Amino acid sequence: MHGISLEHFLTVGLLLFVLGLYTVLTRRNAIGILMGVELILNSANINYVAFARYGGSSTDGQIFAIFVIMLAAAEAAVGLAIVLGIYKNFDSIDVEATDTLRY
Amino acid sequence: MDHVLSWMVFLPLLGAAVILCLPSSAHNLIKQTALAFTLPPLLLGINLFQSFDRGAEGFQYVVRAPWIASYNIDYFVGVDGISISMVLLTVLLCPICILASWGINKAVKGYFALFLLLDVGMTGVFVALDFFLFYIFWEVMLLPMYFLIGIWGGPRKEYAAIKFFLYTLAGSVLMLVAMLYLYFSADPHTFDMVKLMALSGSYSQDPVFLGLTTQHLLWLALFIGFAIKIPAFPFHTWLPDAHVEAPTAISVILAGVLLKMGTYGILRINYGMLPEATADFAFWFLAVLGTWNIIYGALCAMAQTDLKKLVAYSSISHMGYVMLGMSAFTPQGINGAVLQMFNHGTVTAMLFLLVGVIYDRAHHRDINGFGGLAGVMPVYTGVTALAFFAAMGLPGLSAFISEVLVLLGAWQAYPGLTIIAASAVVLTAGYMLWTMQRVWLGPTNEKYVGLSEINARELATLVPLGVIVVVLGVYPHAVLDLINTSLLKLNDVVLSAASTAVALR
Amino acid sequence: MELTPVSYIRWIPALPLIGAVLNGFAGAGIQRRFGERGIAILACAPVLLAFAISVQAFLHLLSLEPESRFLLDRVAGWIDIGTMKADIAFLVDPLSCVMILVITGIGGLIHIYATGYMHGDQAFWRFFAFLNLFTFAMLTLVLGDNLLVMFVGWEGVGLCSFALIGFWWTDHKNTSAGNKAFIVNRVGDFGFLLGIFLIFWSLDSQGHGALAFRDIQHHAGSIADMHFWGWPVATLATLFLFVGATGKSAQIPLYVWLPDAMQGPTPVSALIHAATMVTAGVYMIARMNFLFAMAPETLAVVAGIGAATAFFAATIGLVQNDIKRVLAYSTVSQLGYMFIAMGVGAWTAGVFHLVTHDFFKACLFLGSGSVIHGMSNEQDMRKMGGLRTKMPITFWTFLIATLAIAGTPLTAGFFSKDEILWKAWSSEYGSPVLWVIGVAGAGMTACYMFRQVFMTFFGECRADPEVQDHIHESPFAMTMPLVVLAAGSLLVGFLGVPEFLGGSNHFHAWLAPVFEHGAHGGAHHGHHDVAMEWTLMMISVAVAATGVFIAYLFYFRQSFSAARVAAIGGGGPYTLLLNKYYVDEIYNFVVIGGTLLISRFLAWFDGAIVDGIVNATAAITRRVSAFNGMFDNRVVDALVNLLANRTYALGTRLRHVQTGGINAYLYVIVGAVTVVLLARLM
Repeated sequence: MHGISLEHFLTVGLLLFVLGLYTVLTRRNAIGILMGVELILNSANINYVAFARYGGSSTDGQIFAIFVIMLAAAEAAVGLAIVLGIYKNFDSIDVEATDTLRY
Repeated sequence: MDHVLSWMVFLPLLGAAVILCLPSSAHNLIKQTALAFTLPPLLLGINLFQSFDRGAEGFQYVVRAPWIASYNIDYFVGVDGISISMVLLTVLLCPICILASWGINKAVKGYFALFLLLDVGMTGVFVALDFFLFYIFWEVMLLPMYFLIGIWGGPRKEYAAIKFFLYTLAGSVLMLVAMLYLYFSADPHTFDMVKLMALSGSYSQDPVFLGLTTQHLLWLALFIGFAIKIPAFPFHTWLPDAHVEAPTAISVILAGVLLKMGTYGILRINYGMLPEATADFAFWFLAVLGTWNIIYGALCAMAQTDLKKLVAYSSISHMGYVMLGMSAFTPQGINGAVLQMFNHGTVTAMLFLLVGVIYDRAHHRDINGFGGLAGVMPVYTGVTALAFFAAMGLPGLSAFISEVLVLLGAWQAYPGLTIIAASAVVLTAGYMLWTMQRVWLGPTNEKYVGLSEINARELATLVPLGVIVVVLGVYPHAVLDLINTSLLKLNDVVLSAASTAVALR
Repeated sequence: MELTPVSYIRWIPALPLIGAVLNGFAGAGIQRRFGERGIAILACAPVLLAFAISVQAFLHLLSLEPESRFLLDRVAGWIDIGTMKADIAFLVDPLSCVMILVITGIGGLIHIYATGYMHGDQAFWRFFAFLNLFTFAMLTLVLGDNLLVMFVGWEGVGLCSFALIGFWWTDHKNTSAGNKAFIVNRVGDFGFLLGIFLIFWSLDSQGHGALAFRDIQHHAGSIADMHFWGWPVATLATLFLFVGATGKSAQIPLYVWLPDAMQGPTPVSALIHAATMVTAGVYMIARMNFLFAMAPETLAVVAGIGAATAFFAATIGLVQNDIKRVLAYSTVSQLGYMFIAMGVGAWTAGVFHLVTHDFFKACLFLGSGSVIHGMSNEQDMRKMGGLRTKMPITFWTFLIATLAIAGTPLTAGFFSKDEILWKAWSSEYGSPVLWVIGVAGAGMTACYMFRQVFMTFFGECRADPEVQDHIHESPFAMTMPLVVLAAGSLLVGFLGVPEFLGGSNHFHAWLAPVFEHGAHGGAHHGHHDVAMEWTLMMISVAVAATGVFIAYLFYFRQSFSAARVAAIGGGGPYTLLLNKYYVDEIYNFVVIGGTLLISRFLAWFDGAIVDGIVNATAAITRRVSAFNGMFDNRVVDALVNLLANRTYALGTRLRHVQTGGINAYLYVIVGAVTVVLLARLM
């Protein structure tokens, strides 16, 4: 493990976050956006675990990471269900098409 | 039997609740239920009459429980001689009025439920010893009355009901102000009437307004509130309208019980709590106004052509005797006044019931539109004659005793006024006999030869009252013994206060 | 004064009351089932029994010493408030004993008479119920031990009088007469009440508040010097009482009801309006003699009113044509004589005349009733005549009674009237003027009474032929009382034969214990001038004889035409008399019209002004509330709406932010977070 420091993990986490954010902001496909969100969540997970490993003696970070994974699973389930609903109503999962809440 | 008064007050409330649960088409059941819930209070009242301690000065059958503790408001009831006579009158008239309402067929459920609620308010006013409770009951009685006149009344019922309601409410407001003043001037703050009476001497003697002291102003506020109810001139004009429009039973209650609340209030509150002001104001506001009521009411009655309006004005006249009697502060006067309250309750109740009997048959009350009913309805005419002669104060009948006591008692204090008041015996005979002649005597009006004789139910409402009228004429002490002790004490309270009061006369 | 407590007196008034109650409540049924006979027995028996008890009471009194002839029956307490105490108690003393004997005796006879007279009336039972009730009330009046019990009877007789005058109530003429009787009597009752109040409080201020007669008498001395409103109490109180007496006993100014009261059935006129009720005023003054004796001013008023009434009523009686109205004015006039007696303090003479008058006037009324009965209800004397042979018993009894009322020597009326006239002259309160008026009245009385006899019983019968065919003597039930009363008219005078005629005046001795306190009014005074007494007596007899002679000339011999006399002065005086001085018309216009005018004005005032103010208050309140509502709409609510509208407009503009596009929102979020972070970093 020598040679790999905290900075490396943070760099990976940052890359993942930026990629996720880019996906979220640029994709018009709803599923794509969801996938971007997953990336962002996982970047957070990496940060949790890394800080836990390098920061202190407790395992709080790992536990939170597990919570986040569970949350991500639930979010994906709910999100996909919504997407299915959207598809049913609009025949599309393009987020630009779903502007009924406008004004 | 400790809670006998509470039972008497709240049984009708229970009855009202029961009636509300009955199907609205079950007319007879509703009527029977109403009767069933007004008879027990009557029986309790008879029991009370027997067991009441005639010699005791204080309140009896007292029940006291904290109600709204943070403001020192109690559920506090009890009776003394003054109130027991009125309670008895109320529980007597209520079943009679239920019977008299048997012919009601419009919204029966509502009528009887409201009637029982009215009963609660009336009994409550007479037994309440906490001013706040008194006020609550006072208002409780007002609302059912408004609907009973306004829904089941005659052609101008809305006008009459609103007039009655607003007039009485205006009085209530003045009473409320005075009540709150009394509450806050007591230390610790209390609505307890017995305590407030004990505090009667503690109000400042300094003039605050036009030379009147605080006590005077309070007295006037309370007096106007009660005078509206009596009704004393010039606050009386709601009465003829309300009577003319109200259904028979409601007229009976109105004249028989409600009017007494005015004079009862004056005795209980003005006399008990503000004796000095009472002594100062008795001449102008009770004696002079009472005499004026007697003469004015009698003369107005003479000019009426509506039978019910005539009886209404005769009520105004007869209530004048109560005011005159209580203003004299003689044992005869004040006893006569309260006895007159009771007697007027029974006699006028009879008169209104009798008017109702003929109205139900002929559907009008124009005195000049009848004639010779004696031939068509002899029994009815006989009962009417009894009631009319009682109203005239004929000896041997109850009203004679009270009128003579009032006039005799008043003579000592105000002989001049008494002479004027006594002249009403001629006027009363005049309008009563003239009415009798036009309606019952003379050639029989062809239109009404087919009228049916008074029926058993109507007789059942009249006969008990007729018996009481005769019995009290021969044995007045049945009531006088009840009231005498309390009234003499009240007299003493005012007279001892009068010696220290600022003379305004 | 010693009292003997007894407990049987109560039955004297109670029996007629029981009769009245039975007849009143069950009478209609009894009449249906048992016929008139059942009612008659039920009505007459109590009165006759009461008469028997009265006789028993009389014998009881006789058995006692004269000073202790007082029987008291205290039944129960009645009113007891403060110092005022009135028991239901009945007192029999020589005075009330005379009265109850008369009431139950003559009353009983009239009851029997009425069973014949009222035969065939549908409401036979109602008549006797009221007749019994009247007897009860009258007995209560005279037996009452205190002023209040007396007042019960006092008003009670008024009530029964009202009911019996208007007995045939389908005719408004009758009911109006009843109303008039009651209301005029009430004016008197008003005075009586005030008298009671004044007496009670005056005594009370001396510590003796009392209503019982003997207590008042006992303490009367304590108020001798008291004044009320500047008047001596005794004077004012007796004047009040006298107002009551004028009402009940039909004296000026309250006599107007009595002639109208003749609308009632004739037995009623005989019992109530001749024999009993109208004497109540005289009885009351006799009962209160000790107080009247303390008030010479009142006595002068009493005597003056009595004399005026005696004279004026007699003048009216001269020209009346209704057989009963003549008797009615005669009654008013005779009552005037009794008041003269009272006014000069001759209590015994007044009561004596009361008794003799009861006999002959009851006889006259019943006789007139018999005539009316025989004449098919005709009352106009101009349509009568010649009945002497057709109704012999009625004629003879009527003649005897007429002789008595005219003062024919040795009849009852002679002794009593002569005693009054003598006392009017000789008493310390009397004066020759009173005597002259009295004698003039006596002359007129003789004249109009014989005019009546001549018009009714002599000459040709002027009735319609078919009425003539039906003229018949009345049945035994009616003639028997006539005979008894006629006998009484001849004989009762001998109870009180004055001493100067060799009599011993039992009547005077009998009543002496009652009047000893009021005796200084001159009852024992003036008996020495026997020559004067003889002279005066001869003059009065001569005047009466002249009256008879004038009637004889006019109405029997017809030497002079009455019509020519009537035409004197253009007929003015005659018309004035015939219309009774227009007193009724004046009263109608002034008193009744005035009262009605005031009452209509007040009713208008009540509706238009008092209620008008109430309604105006309501109208003003409505007007103010309408304005208030307008202000509320246009100003207060406008401000609220302004605020709401502005907010809405703002919202309309701001809502364009909501694009609905998720991407747009995300850009905003990210942008905002970035800005915040940058801000934190800097």
